[in-house]
Amino acid sequence: MSQSAVDVPPKGGFSFDLCKRNDMLTQKGLKAPSFLKTGTTIVGLIFKDGVILGADTRATEGPIVADKNCEKIHYMAPNIYCCGAGTAADTEAVTDMVSSQLRLHRYQTSRDSRIITALTLLKKHLFSYQGHVSAALVLGGVDITGPHLHTIYPHGSTDTLPFATMGSGSLAAMSVFEAKYKEGLTRDEGIKLVAEAICSGIFNDLGSGSNVDICVITKGNNEYLRNYMEPNPRTYVSSKGYSFTKKTEVLLTKITPLLERVEITEVGEAMEE
Amino acid sequence: MTFTIQIENGTEVRNAEADSQRTLYPYVTGTSVVAIKYKDGVLMASDMGGSYGSTLRYKNIERMKAIGKHSLLGASGEISDFQEILRYLDELTLNDNMWDDGNSLGPKEVHNYLTRVMYNRRNKFNPLWNTLVLGGVKNGEKYLGMVSMIGVSFEDNHVATGFGNHLARPILRDEWREDLGFEEGVKLLEKCMRVLLYRDRSAINKLQIAKMTEEGVTVSEPYSLKTFWEFKAFTNPTVGAEGSW
Repeated sequence: MSQSAVDVPPKGGFSFDLCKRNDMLTQKGLKAPSFLKTGTTIVGLIFKDGVILGADTRATEGPIVADKNCEKIHYMAPNIYCCGAGTAADTEAVTDMVSSQLRLHRYQTSRDSRIITALTLLKKHLFSYQGHVSAALVLGGVDITGPHLHTIYPHGSTDTLPFATMGSGSLAAMSVFEAKYKEGLTRDEGIKLVAEAICSGIFNDLGSGSNVDICVITKGNNEYLRNYMEPNPRTYVSSKGYSFTKKTEVLLTKITPLLERVEITEVGEAMEE
Repeated sequence: MTFTIQIENGTEVRNAEADSQRTLYPYVTGTSVVAIKYKDGVLMASDMGGSYGSTLRYKNIERMKAIGKHSLLGASGEISDFQEILRYLDELTLNDNMWDDGNSLGPKEVHNYLTRVMYNRRNKFNPLWNTLVLGGVKNGEKYLGMVSMIGVSFEDNHVATGFGNHLARPILRDEWREDLGFEEGVKLLEKCMRVLLYRDRSAINKLQIAKMTEEGVTVSEPYSLKTFWEFKAFTNPTVGAEGSW
């Protein structure tokens, strides 16, 4: 009878004692835990003059909200922005990396970056990690060839779409898009639709919440509307502020300095170097 | 009850007979059902597809049936279990009619009966693999409720099962109002069914809408929705991104 649950071989190394038991469990039907779709709603849509990206601002750590107002729309180039869903570290690292690669490329070619460049760089990186870099991205921007919107999945496949949603709130946002998207939307209509889709994710998906961030990219211009909408403000704040009942009377106010203030005047020579 | 038999080479085998008496997986399934209360009663919509795994095997399954004079039952999930439930309810209504006292089961009573049936089956680890939607009007009172396969039951102003939970609920939460007229209600349901048609792989473009009012219960003839596929971006998605897909 063994003392510990798992016997370590006398000369060190791996112990394969549990492999038979794991095999038996999978045969009996136990499924290994699958990937969690992480809490986010990110969307993008193409309108008449360019691209509008939207995202919620909640970062979750399991069931806890770790950051109530994080930024999910990442800068890639002056004319390209990327929303990221999935593991926050992965989306940050991958977008930062490709953003610097794009800048170096801009210096070398003396031209504005194209969205397909960013797309190919991201796609190659994610595919080579076979899905272990858990970053699901909505990449959008306007370059010399026009407005583009792409989705990139953690395993490296991409889609080119007129409207796209990703993250756990993607179905709620997609239902709004499928019901209301039209071609040739104006800027205000587009912003309204994106805000509606993100709100649908915020209120109907538990993994998304807090505020709506929007980024509008047009030819030669981009507008990052941070916290464009705040549909979840703190409501129960007393307008009067705090006031304590007057229980103690002030009898005497005297200020006693604890340390003597000493004035230092420049005397003597400077320190030797 | 399960037994284990030791065979010579040492592997254990569950008694096959005992397992085949419990529902382990669904086989022929129906997809979502969406329902709303409106001004004059309750409206319910569902498509007519029955999928056998990833094949669309049956395209003429009526997943909404009238129960008695006042209620309508819609089901998603295993079709054979739905037919079993209809048999149970048939027996119920028959027994009721035999009393011949002018009383009839209303939607609230049928909902309660179904909740008990589903929960008791779940407790025996032999569930009826359905999510049921029960709607009806009796004595001017509108009723709309839902029971899941584990016995979770509740009533609400609008319900959706299956994929409808994710795709139709946000739309209904945004756009449902107490005083919807018949046409507006149908339009709202069609909006939800259209999104489901676009985004649920087991949905088909052949649906029925059922109306429950004080006068009675009617199920419409099957019809199909208009869909739009002519977005310019769909016709040539990789223009400007040569080599991408």
